[in-house]
Amino acid sequence: MYWKNISDFLQMGGYGLYVWVSFGITFACMAIELFLLRARRLSNENIKDLL
Amino acid sequence: MNLLKYSSPQTFYPLAGKLIPWIATVAAILIVYGLYIGLLVAPTDFQQGDAYRIIYVHVPAAWFSMFLYVVMAGYAILGLTLNAKLSYMMAKSIAPTGAMFTFVALITGAFWGKPTWGAWWVWDARLTSELILLFLYIGYMSLQAAIDDTRRSDRSSAILAIVGVINVPIIYFSVKWWNTLHQGSSINLTTSPSMAAIMLKGMLIMALGFWLYSIAVILTRVRREIEDRERNTAWLNAFKE
Repeated sequence: MYWKNISDFLQMGGYGLYVWVSFGITFACMAIELFLLRARRLSNENIKDLL
Repeated sequence: MNLLKYSSPQTFYPLAGKLIPWIATVAAILIVYGLYIGLLVAPTDFQQGDAYRIIYVHVPAAWFSMFLYVVMAGYAILGLTLNAKLSYMMAKSIAPTGAMFTFVALITGAFWGKPTWGAWWVWDARLTSELILLFLYIGYMSLQAAIDDTRRSDRSSAILAIVGVINVPIIYFSVKWWNTLHQGSSINLTTSPSMAAIMLKGMLIMALGFWLYSIAVILTRVRREIEDRERNTAWLNAFKE
């Protein structure tokens, strides 16, 4: 473990904003992609029911 | 074992369905482990401070933005030469994930550029060619969506994908060919990496995680595509019941 305490970890040596926004956007994009795929599955299942 | 058997939607669909949960699980484990190393174990960088930690998402995203484009163009070539419908579905299913990673590479690059260069964006060769990659993905998806006839949309977008692949080596070698603000690569095939072993380990594990994530997502999207295109076939309906 590199960090001494949680506050050091969150501050990232003063670059906290840049680091956390970068990681946040990355995983938000992946989550949105997974959500859209799931929505497409549900809509495909509904079409199947209507046929 | 005849692997070509799996190039037909009928055999590919159930096989992909069985593989996806395993691939996704390993991807999640690798990404969590990569985050653990990158954010908690690896030390700070003596030049860039903790801003360098953006590398753990930026570089894997940038790698797969390029790699997925090449794979997409490869499937486009297969589709055009063999007239294989599954190849076209693969190409179409790769594009959104490739575009997503391109977007992530650009945005995280901006959040890395601001503290290290003092600018969110500069028009240097690396950033500009990566932006062109995003436009190529968007162009491919728009063309695919704009033509109703599936055979025609598959073939015209495949040609766009193949022509655009010339941009990938330009991105990759841009930091060598031109004098860019963007730093050169820390890893290449001919010399030893210019970064600490633990940093390299974290980055490679994240990259492996992103790779398996891409495979799981793309295979899932191909399955949705098969459901759309083969909706009225007996085999799919038999499979669903």
